[in-house]
Amino acid sequence: MNILTQWLRSYLPGLAVDDRRLAEDLTLRGIAVEGEFPASCGGTLYEMDITTNRVDAMNHYGVAREAAAIYGLRLEPLALTAPVAERRPGTGFPVRIEAEDLCGRFTARVIRGVRIGPSSGVIAEYFAALGQKQILAPVDVTNFAWMAMGHPTHVFDLDKIEGGIVVRRARDGEKLRLLDGSEKTLAGDDLVVADESKALALAGVMGGWESRVTEATQNILVEAAWFDPAAIRSSSRRHGLHTDASHRFERGADFNSAPLANHLVARLVVEQSGGEVEGPLVDVAVPQVAARTAERPAILLEVSQVRRILGITADEQDAGQGITEDLVARYLTALGCNLTRRGDGEYAVKLPSWRLDLEREIDLIEEVARVHGYNRFANTLPAFQGTVRELAHAAQEAAIRRTLLALGYSEAIASTFVSAEEAETFGCAELAGGVEGAVAMGNPLSAEAGVLRPSLAPGMATMLAHNLHRDVSVARLFEMGTVFSGSTAEVKERMGLALGATGAARTAGSLYKPEDGLFYEVKGAIEALLRKFSRAQDAGSVSFDASGLPDWIEPGRGARVRLNGELVAVFGELSAAQLQARKLRQPCVVASIDAQRLLADSLRQPVVAELSRFQAVERDFSFLFPDAVTWAAIEASLQGSAAQGTSPAREVSELRSVRPVEIFRDPSGKAVPFGSYSLLLRALFQSKERTLAEQEIASCTEWVVAQLKALGGVQRV
Amino acid sequence: MSAAIPELKQFDDAELDRVFARLEADAAAQARMLTGSESLEAFRLQWLGRKQGLLGQLSAAWLKSAPAEVKPSLGVRFNRLKAQIESLLEESRQQDQAGSQAYGLDVTLPGAAPRVGAEHPLVKTMAEIVGVFQRMGYSVGLGPEVETDFYNFEALNFPPNHPARDTQDTLVIADQERKPLRERLLMRTHTSPVQIRSMLEQVPPLRLVIPGKVHRNDAADATHSPVFHQVEGLCVDTQITFSDLKGTLDHAMKSLFGSAVKTRFFPSFFPFTEPSADVQISCIFCGGKGCRKCKHSGWIELLGCGMVDPAVFEAVNQRRSEMGRELVYDTRKISGFAFGMGVDRIAMMKYGIGDIGLLYSGDLRFLEQFA
Repeated sequence: MNILTQWLRSYLPGLAVDDRRLAEDLTLRGIAVEGEFPASCGGTLYEMDITTNRVDAMNHYGVAREAAAIYGLRLEPLALTAPVAERRPGTGFPVRIEAEDLCGRFTARVIRGVRIGPSSGVIAEYFAALGQKQILAPVDVTNFAWMAMGHPTHVFDLDKIEGGIVVRRARDGEKLRLLDGSEKTLAGDDLVVADESKALALAGVMGGWESRVTEATQNILVEAAWFDPAAIRSSSRRHGLHTDASHRFERGADFNSAPLANHLVARLVVEQSGGEVEGPLVDVAVPQVAARTAERPAILLEVSQVRRILGITADEQDAGQGITEDLVARYLTALGCNLTRRGDGEYAVKLPSWRLDLEREIDLIEEVARVHGYNRFANTLPAFQGTVRELAHAAQEAAIRRTLLALGYSEAIASTFVSAEEAETFGCAELAGGVEGAVAMGNPLSAEAGVLRPSLAPGMATMLAHNLHRDVSVARLFEMGTVFSGSTAEVKERMGLALGATGAARTAGSLYKPEDGLFYEVKGAIEALLRKFSRAQDAGSVSFDASGLPDWIEPGRGARVRLNGELVAVFGELSAAQLQARKLRQPCVVASIDAQRLLADSLRQPVVAELSRFQAVERDFSFLFPDAVTWAAIEASLQGSAAQGTSPAREVSELRSVRPVEIFRDPSGKAVPFGSYSLLLRALFQSKERTLAEQEIASCTEWVVAQLKALGGVQRV
Repeated sequence: MSAAIPELKQFDDAELDRVFARLEADAAAQARMLTGSESLEAFRLQWLGRKQGLLGQLSAAWLKSAPAEVKPSLGVRFNRLKAQIESLLEESRQQDQAGSQAYGLDVTLPGAAPRVGAEHPLVKTMAEIVGVFQRMGYSVGLGPEVETDFYNFEALNFPPNHPARDTQDTLVIADQERKPLRERLLMRTHTSPVQIRSMLEQVPPLRLVIPGKVHRNDAADATHSPVFHQVEGLCVDTQITFSDLKGTLDHAMKSLFGSAVKTRFFPSFFPFTEPSADVQISCIFCGGKGCRKCKHSGWIELLGCGMVDPAVFEAVNQRRSEMGRELVYDTRKISGFAFGMGVDRIAMMKYGIGDIGLLYSGDLRFLEQFA
């Protein structure tokens, strides 16, 4: 909305500040001036940005009222709204409000003998300055009245009206052609201004085509009314018509300004287009509506409450007076309130009809703060007794982030939504606390974003693809965020975690085949994460197996991770179908982790082991094993495994650790027969009591060899 | 490598100067060509060698034939030449050593380190904001991303069909039409529902800072994303005032952006606060003088805030009574303030991010700049 300061000043003869200062003072009171430009009619054109609750200030008189309150100035009455002289006798135009719940007031005035032409004088001048298009004088007049006082009005070609005006609900299926030329089919809860036989206008939204004023119009009916906000809102939404009129009526127009606006329009029509006013102003008002708008009961204001809510002003800190009772009365009166003192520091406040946003004491307190100026209040800090509550999972979440960042994974955030197909492919009830199902959106952003993500894995695959398609060939990403399962009746949220890796594995050395490196790198990251949590510390509580992989993982190229027998993660290379669908040419490993299950656990509290003072001895063992013998079996035979219930374990207490150093398979079958692999295993022996003698070491190594042979291993010499 | 023995025509000063200058120049020229310990040794032998050395030969030949009165000055010249050759030799030796080291180790090659992951700018910014309020005694509160209409709108004083709901285009869950309005599920459009949840669970006094992800049905462009992040705050007690709100946010903004930052407050409108305010801070780029980033105004709009609307306390009390809980949010006795800010906007401003979409792309070219 635009405001001309010249127009504004016509209501404020005492205004001494310049346009620049006026703009600043208004802005600091919430009547924001966003832009200032020189106006062709003189003065400045303000581009305003006024919050939707202040429709009363979206016009020149409304802004002038604010300025009057700020500066303590007298506001000129809207002189042009005085009743116009009736030149022709008449009984008043017949008006009947049928839908009394939707139309609170309807005023009508007849003007006869107009000659329609373009506008002139101040209207033409202001319109030019505002860039407002001129149409025909009577129509321009209604726009002028709108910009002056913010009340929508309408002019009808009187000769198109049969009988009198009836304000009623539309008939289902009733047709109406509007001013913009569009043909609307109305429904029973649309409100129309009609005559005895047909709808003339969509009330409070837009006038009708047939009854519009044209150059041929000779007689005019002026309408200024008050319509129910909810009715206008639903009508304007249903028909996709957002007009100046609907904007105001939706937010509550001024019940009392309907007759004033009618006077103003009638006066200006006669001034611009000639003709004579016939008969009195017809003003039909519904008392119940008046009672909840213009005639609202006074509200009680305790001045002490103003202080309780607003605190102290800056000048009070310098021994000033702050917000006094007088100041409160002055500000509210200037805004149009009528204050009656009830007792000590108590007022009954009658509210202005144009401020439907004021309803409660707190609204008046806000007005006091606003007119006084927010920045004139002091900056104080509240005293506080209370306890700080710890967030349940903050430490665990921080540990997960820290670990993954240190491992080289960058944090990313993907969309919350996935396609139905992705939800189907990646959803996993076992990783969602046992809750089945995915949740569809009612108004999805797009078809590809139709479902709440049940897993972070598809988003991770999308982000890896985003990078690969932009020539970033090495990527390590993680995302921690909410995942959703259940149904549209009940949605369950959990914390999920996904890792994504593609390009150049960091696993070097002779243990892993190059093409397997990425898998083991991600496995290593998962192991590092699990190590942070105390439940994962018990030997054998974490297990990896390759069975039951979901379809999105390439068969034989992934694993499931269990913690105390419960599934906590699934990871592996994206399947060939996934790669193809995403147009990817290099392997991508994605892990989907149920972070919620990890968060429920406490972080591992390290307990330091005693360090041996004695020398450690390393021994290497080279063995051939059948492919069926896994590392887990070898490790268990030497160190025991709680998972497999083989507790006997460490008969040799000096065996501190065993680890695989090199694995070799010969594709030609010569050096290592088919179906077997050679393993170089490194064992570390160390005693806490003494330096190990040669003999003791020999007995240890014999034991290791015997254990490995028992597994089916053949020692290579 | 050899240097010719210059011919000495006579033993006058001029002739001696010429000849010795020539010898020095020869030695210097040879020294420049030396690489490796072998050539260094050859050079040494050629000039200073006890048996075949040029210096020995010359001094033997010339001192013998020189007139007695010239001999002392000739000796001085020989000593000076010898010292010069020795220093050339030492210099070459050092250069040679340095050269061989540089050959083994180009210290200008980039160092190698395992690549560390990059913190996400939003996560980082959010943690910074939360940290400021935690240091002021605020607890962290969290809530679900899928909310009911009651928590997201109704209890926050957005009545059904109220125009204020238009400003928050809502993404809704499917199949909600049959439920009563207040039970319908939607993606929360702000973190404010956590205010309600917290007040239902806790009694005053409370101070909360609420970080979280929110969603709106916005078409994506450079400054809009259907997903974004907010940090919300709530402080409720018996004597909380608007000037406390001002002081708290002024302090917080100074903690976040530096003590020189100023704040100013403008009237605004939010259904759940009254009075409501928008807060601007003096431009952190130009210090308030006016620059491109602040559109030459000297100020940057950063957050919305206000005093908790009594209607919100009433809605909380109403719900608490349905839950059989004490009605501790008496609007005549307690008051509070709330504030909220967009984390994305702050991160974009702070790091000069031009497109909000980058924050949700997982693009490593972008993310690695924060490592």
